[in-house]
Amino acid sequence: MTSATPVLSTPHSGPAPLMRRILLQGRYETLTMIRNGEQLILAVIMPLLALVGLTVTPLLDGLGANRVDIATPGILALCAMSTAFTGQGIATGFDRRYGVLRFLSTTPLGRTGLIAGKIIAVLAVLVLQVLVIGAVAALLGWHPRPEGWLPGLGLLVLGAAAFTALGLLVAGTVRPEATLAITNLLWILLGALGGIVVPAERLPDLAQNIVHFLPSGALGQSLRDAFLHGSVSLPYVLVLLLWTIVPGAAAVRWFKWN
Amino acid sequence: MRSPESPVLTIDGLIKDVGPLASLDGKMLRVVSGLSMFAERGQITALLGANGAGKTTTLECAQGLQKRTGGRIGLLGEDPDTAGANLRSRVGVMLQDGGLPPSARPIPLLRHIAGMYQDPLPLDGLVERLGIDTFSRTGVRRLSGGQKQRLSLAAALIGNPEVLFLDEPSAGLDPQSRQIVFELIAELRDAGMGIILTTHLMDDAQRLADYVYIIDAGHNVAEGTVADLLRHGHEAMDGVTERTLFFDAPAGLDIAAAIGDELTITESRAGSYAIAGTLTPQHLAKLTAWWAEKGIMPASLRLEARSLEDVFLDISGRDIR
Repeated sequence: MTSATPVLSTPHSGPAPLMRRILLQGRYETLTMIRNGEQLILAVIMPLLALVGLTVTPLLDGLGANRVDIATPGILALCAMSTAFTGQGIATGFDRRYGVLRFLSTTPLGRTGLIAGKIIAVLAVLVLQVLVIGAVAALLGWHPRPEGWLPGLGLLVLGAAAFTALGLLVAGTVRPEATLAITNLLWILLGALGGIVVPAERLPDLAQNIVHFLPSGALGQSLRDAFLHGSVSLPYVLVLLLWTIVPGAAAVRWFKWN
Repeated sequence: MRSPESPVLTIDGLIKDVGPLASLDGKMLRVVSGLSMFAERGQITALLGANGAGKTTTLECAQGLQKRTGGRIGLLGEDPDTAGANLRSRVGVMLQDGGLPPSARPIPLLRHIAGMYQDPLPLDGLVERLGIDTFSRTGVRRLSGGQKQRLSLAAALIGNPEVLFLDEPSAGLDPQSRQIVFELIAELRDAGMGIILTTHLMDDAQRLADYVYIIDAGHNVAEGTVADLLRHGHEAMDGVTERTLFFDAPAGLDIAAAIGDELTITESRAGSYAIAGTLTPQHLAKLTAWWAEKGIMPASLRLEARSLEDVFLDISGRDIR
C-alpha cells in the first residue's frame, strides 16, 4: 500500500436518489439469491423435480384434468413459497445475525430501502421461476387457460407478499438457526400437506378442512382455479390478504434488527 | 470541561432502557443513564470504558439504530431518530461486528455500497490505501479479523462522510492493520472529519484521542484531553504526584535501606526494579546518593507518570477490563 494516497477528496455530496438505491439493493439481493446453491436447489430444482414427478406418476389422476395442468399451478405456488418464505427468511435471518441489516440501515439505503430491495429480489427470482417452470411445463404439455394468466400472476404476487411477511416475521424474531429449521420444515410440511401442490381433495380428511385457511392451500387452490378454469375465488384472495396483513403488521411490531 | 465550537454530535442527558428482561423478573434495565457529551469537527473523541459500560448503546442511539428512552441527541444538528437518507449520507458507521455479508467479495461489496451515494470516494484510492487490494478476491467469510476491520472501515468511508463512528476500531487488528487504520484515522481527523470512537483499550485512547469521555455504568464520569485526565488524577489526590521509577541494576539490592519503606518497591524479575508511589525529589536524591556510595550504575532508568489506566481505576473504583 502507498501511505501517501489521499483519501478524502471532494466535499460531501448527498445520497443517491431513492429509486436508484432501491433498485441497486434489489439487484444485489437478487444476484446473492441466485448465486446461492442451496437456495437455487430449493427455488428451482426441487419444484422441477416435483413437477416431473407429478406428471409421470398417477397421483393426480381422476381429478377432471390431465396431470400437468393440475400440477403446474401448484408448482408455481410452491416456487413462491420457496423464494419468499424459506429463501428470503433464511437470508434475512443470517443478515440479521451478521449485522448486515444494521450496517445497511446506517447507509442512505435505510430500513425502508432494505425491505424494498428484498421485495424486488423476491419478485425477480419469482419471474425467473415462472419462466423456467412454465417452459418445462409447456414441454410436458401444459395448456393453461389464457384468461388465467392475469389473475394467476396477480395471485402469485399476493402469495409471495404473504410468504415474505411470514418469512420476515420468523427471521426477525428467532435465531437464524431456528429460522433455518422452521422455514425448511414448514416448506416440506406445507409442500406435502398444505394443499399447495396436492389438491385438497387428495389430502387426509383432517387436512382438507384446514388447508383452505392456510396461505399454502389458498394460493395452491386459487392458482389451480385460475389456470384450470380462468376463475378467481374471492375467499382465497381474502385468506391471502389476511396472511399478508397480520404477519406483516406483526413483523413491523416485533422485528428485531439486532 | 469545554464548550462546543463546531460540534458534529451533541448528546444531552441520554437515557436508554432495554428489556423487559426475564433475568430481572421482567423489569427494564437502564444501560445508559444521563450520559452527556459532544464531539467536534476535526477531532477524535473517544468513549472509554469497560465492556458493558454503555458505549455501544450510546453510539447506536446516536446513529439511529436504537431508539432512546430519554434525553436529546443532535447529529449534525438533526435528530437521528427522525433523520432521513440525507443525514445518513453524511455519516459513516463502522459497527463492532462489521456488518458485512459473509458471502460477499470485497470489491463488489464496496462498489454496491458506493452506489448508495451521489458522489462517493474513488474506490481505487480507498482500496489501495487500506491494503484491500491484497485480499480483494477473498470472500468476507474467510478474511482475517484485521482484513475485515479494514474492509468495514472502507465501507464506512466510501460515502465520503463528515462524521465517522468507529465502535472498537482496534478489535482483532494485527499490528500491520492497526498501523494502517490508525494512520488513516488520524489523517481523516486532520482533514476535518469529526470522529467518534469507543474503546476499552487505554492505549487506543492515549494514542488517538483528542478528547476522552470516561464512561462507567451508563454515564460519563470524567472527561478531558488525555493530558487533562492524567493531571486530573493528580489533583484528585491533593497535588500528590504518583509516579513509578523503573530501573535495571544488579539483583537483590535492598532499596528500602536507601529510601525508606513508604514507597512500593518491587523486583519483578531479578535485577528489574519498580518503585511506585509518591516519589519526591528527596527520594531520587537519596537513591542516587546510595548508588554513588555503592558504585552502582543502573543499566536503564525510566520515570513514568500515572497512566490513564490508573486514572480510570481511581474514578470508577474498578479495573477497566
